[in-house]
Amino acid sequence: MRGGPHTVLDNLSFTIQRGDKIGVLGRNGAGKSTLIRILSGAEQPTSGTIQRGMSLSWPLAFGGAFQGSLTGLDNLKFICRIYGVPYEDKISYVQDFSELGKYLREPVKTYSSGMRARLAFAISMAIEFDCFLIDEIISVGDVRFHAKCQHELFELRRDRGFIIVSHEAHNIREHCTKACVLHKGKLHEFADIDAAYSFYQEATA
Amino acid sequence: MNETFKACRVQCRVIAALLMREVITRYGRHNIGFMWLFAEPMLFTLGVTALWSLIGTVHDSALPIVAFAVTGYSSVLLWRNMPAKLVCSIEPNLALMYHRNVKIIDIFLSRLLLEAAGATISFIVLSVIWIALGMMKLPQDVLKVLLGWFMLAWFGSALAIFLGALSGRSELVDKFWHPASYILFPLSGAAYMVDWLPKSAQEAVLWLPMVHGVELLRDGYFGSAVKTHYDVPYMAVCCLILTVLGLSQVRVVSRLVTPE
Repeated sequence: MRGGPHTVLDNLSFTIQRGDKIGVLGRNGAGKSTLIRILSGAEQPTSGTIQRGMSLSWPLAFGGAFQGSLTGLDNLKFICRIYGVPYEDKISYVQDFSELGKYLREPVKTYSSGMRARLAFAISMAIEFDCFLIDEIISVGDVRFHAKCQHELFELRRDRGFIIVSHEAHNIREHCTKACVLHKGKLHEFADIDAAYSFYQEATA
Repeated sequence: MNETFKACRVQCRVIAALLMREVITRYGRHNIGFMWLFAEPMLFTLGVTALWSLIGTVHDSALPIVAFAVTGYSSVLLWRNMPAKLVCSIEPNLALMYHRNVKIIDIFLSRLLLEAAGATISFIVLSVIWIALGMMKLPQDVLKVLLGWFMLAWFGSALAIFLGALSGRSELVDKFWHPASYILFPLSGAAYMVDWLPKSAQEAVLWLPMVHGVELLRDGYFGSAVKTHYDVPYMAVCCLILTVLGLSQVRVVSRLVTPE
């Protein structure tokens, strides 16, 4: 950076068990997206190692993961091939879940950000990861889509883990069992969501 | 050992997926689609063949112009297109590296495989057509032709990986490679035989590794009709050094890249 090196995450170390549902709080620029990207393997840490004993999704976020010039369907095939999962039986599921209709066969660059987020969600559910990394897109979509997410992610797949980054308090309160706060490069873990929130509010006051 | 096998399988799968994606992105589903992969190099080579035939052989040698053009220009296409496709290829593919299994080396290898396939199919198809029409004779020593082709492909890939990785760190690489590749084309042995040059020029030009590859290929093709100068171990050492440099640079640039 212009002013010299900038430490985003400072010596973090923690373990995530199967089925853990963790919410990550932090101010804008605290390093939440960086953390998710490093966990998923999309970005390399400057030092340190990550050991993965279960399959992690790619960071489900606004932007990334898709090639704009390919259609939604082509991207689905490509992503399935990368993760070694057959795609033929997934097509109707993704079409239903994402509610893209005929847009599934149009280039992704013509999609709105909400459509991209829904497609990303749908594909990651179709691939059935052990742990989903969700970066702020859980609020995307209308009431019907939220009901679908509720059913597909939080009910049918309640044995899976996820790490959610969200500024919406209710998302984290409803679905997470643990919460962490990223503040000044350090990760503070809390077993109680309310404790996490009060720390977050004090730290950012 | 088991881990290595698994990792190998995953990498092959990723490269295959990237290859298919590259084909669709580049050639689309319209008109002849992916056949442009080799149709384009074929058109280039046919154009150059026509041009050189019209100009008339500059050197009065007994070498048939069609065979000369096909062996020369196909070789250049092989080693020159690879760096062209890899330089500045990291940025447009940043979104794909969101996925853990997709790494820079995979993107490089998939593009290299595609380029190699295109140049090779073009070379083979053109040779078959000209031989069938009687404008070209069969090669005298196919093994030498194959070895020359393989060495040129190795050189092109190693150079491409090295330049591609460097270009991820600095835009200057692209600016320098464009003029460099234009200057290297006439020097690279495609349009002449080393034997035609004066002695001092011969020694100078033999510093370029790709000249050895083209000479080897032409030795295999024309056999006793030409006098060739090449040194396979020299070219192999150059390729090895480039490969090591390239792969180490890929490691460096992998740490620096942030996906979009």
